[in-house]
Amino acid sequence: MTATTLPPTGLRFDNVDKRYGGLYALRHVSLEIAPGECVVLAGRNGSGKTTLLRIAAQIVLPTAGKLTFPGAAPNTSNGRPGYVGHSTMVYDELSAEENLVLFAKLQKVDNPAARAEDLLREVGLFERRDSLVRTFSRGMRQRIAIARALIHCPSVLLFDEPATGLDPLGITWLANALREMHRAGGTILMSLHGESEISALATRAVHIDAGKIIADTSTGGASLHSVLTFGAA
Amino acid sequence: MSLLSNTSVLLGKELRTEFRSRELLTTTGVFIVIVLVLFSFTVNPGTEEARQFAPGLLWLAILFAASLMFQSCFLREQVNDTLSSLRLAVSDPFSIFLAKLAANTLFLLLTELVMLPIVAVFYNIPVLPDLPVLVLVLFVGSLGIAITGTAISAISAQARMRELLLPLLLLPLLTPVLVVSSIVTAGLLDRNPVVQWKGIAFLGVFDLIFLTALWLFGQYFLEE
Repeated sequence: MTATTLPPTGLRFDNVDKRYGGLYALRHVSLEIAPGECVVLAGRNGSGKTTLLRIAAQIVLPTAGKLTFPGAAPNTSNGRPGYVGHSTMVYDELSAEENLVLFAKLQKVDNPAARAEDLLREVGLFERRDSLVRTFSRGMRQRIAIARALIHCPSVLLFDEPATGLDPLGITWLANALREMHRAGGTILMSLHGESEISALATRAVHIDAGKIIADTSTGGASLHSVLTFGAA
Repeated sequence: MSLLSNTSVLLGKELRTEFRSRELLTTTGVFIVIVLVLFSFTVNPGTEEARQFAPGLLWLAILFAASLMFQSCFLREQVNDTLSSLRLAVSDPFSIFLAKLAANTLFLLLTELVMLPIVAVFYNIPVLPDLPVLVLVLFVGSLGIAITGTAISAISAQARMRELLLPLLLLPLLTPVLVVSSIVTAGLLDRNPVVQWKGIAFLGVFDLIFLTALWLFGQYFLEE
C-alpha cells in the first residue's frame, strides 16, 4: 500500500468527556497510543468506540479534555488521520475514480490521478473506476471508503469496524494493507468485534464499556484474546 | 492559495454532481416558471399594476427557489457522511462554504436567466433598457441570499426540525435584502427607469458583512 516510511505520530486523549445532551458517551477517557502501535478498541454496541474514533478524527469535538497527536508534522497532508466510519464518506453521484481524485486534490497529494489509479488497482476496483459509486455493492463501497482514507498515506489510521461488508478476500486484502501500514510505522486505532485476521495485527487491545476504559492490555491483567472477546470485563 | 484551490476543486464537485443529477435546477426552474406564469393571469400585462407587482413577484419567486436549493445544500452531504470526509480533507473549512456559496449563486443566476424572459413576455415589461444594471442587482441580491442561505443551511442540516428551522431563520435575515432588491428592481422596471445606487451599495455592504461573518464563524456551523 505504501512503501515509504511514515512520520512517527502518536495519539493522546487527556481526560476526554463527550456528552450528547444529558447522556455521557465518553467519561474521563485518558489513553496514550505510541507511534507505530496497532490498538484494537473492543466493546459492546453503544459503549463509546465510535465516539472515541470520531473525536480522534476531529470530526466531533470533546465536551471536555484534550486530544493531541505527539510527533505529528504540522501542515503536512499525512499528518491528518485517515478515517473509515460507518458511512462510506464518498459521493454516490461521482465515479470511484472521481471520488479518489477529489480527495487526493483536497489533501494536496502529488499526482492525484496516478495515486487514485494505484489505489483502485489495490482495492480491486480498477475495472469499475468509471462507475458511479451508487451502483456499487456494500463490499465495493467499503473498499472505496478504505481507499479514500488511505489516499494521503496518513500516519494515523482510525478504522471503525473496517471489515463490515467485506468478503473473505477483502478481509485478507485489508489485513495485508494494514500490516504494511503498520510496518511503515503507521499508528492504527480501530474498533472490531471479535477475533479475526485483522485483530491478529493488534499489539494492544482496549475494552470500553459505558464510555469508560475498563481494560487495557498494556497495563496488564488482560490478554488480547480476553479483551477482544469481552472476557476481561 | 490552499483556500482558493480547495474551493475550486469543491466547486467542480458541486457542479458535476448537480449537472449529473439535475435535482436542484429542475425543481427550482419548474417552480419559478409555474409561479410567474400563474401570477401573470391575475394582472393585465403592460399596465402600471403589472409594473408595480412584477419586481416583488420576481424576488418572491427567487426567495422560494432559493429556499428549495438551501434545503438540500448541506443535507445531501449527510447521506454518506461526506461532510465529515470533507472536513477531514480540507485545511480551511471556509472553502466548503465558499464552494457551496459559489454553486448556489450560480444556480440562482441560472434560474434568473429563465425568469427574466418570462417576466418580459408575460408581464409585458421591457427588461433590456437597463439590463446591465438589472443583472448587477440580480447578482448582488442573489449573492446576499446565497451567503445567508448557505450559512443557515449548514446550521439547520444538523438540527432535528430542519425543514422548519431553515425558513424560520432564513426569512427574517433576508428581509432587508428582499425589500431593497425589490425597490431597486422596481426603479429599473419603471416607465422612467431610475438607478438607485444607494440600494445597490446597501446590497454590496450586506454581502460583505455576512460573508465576513461566515468566514469568522462558519467552522462552528459544521461541528457536531
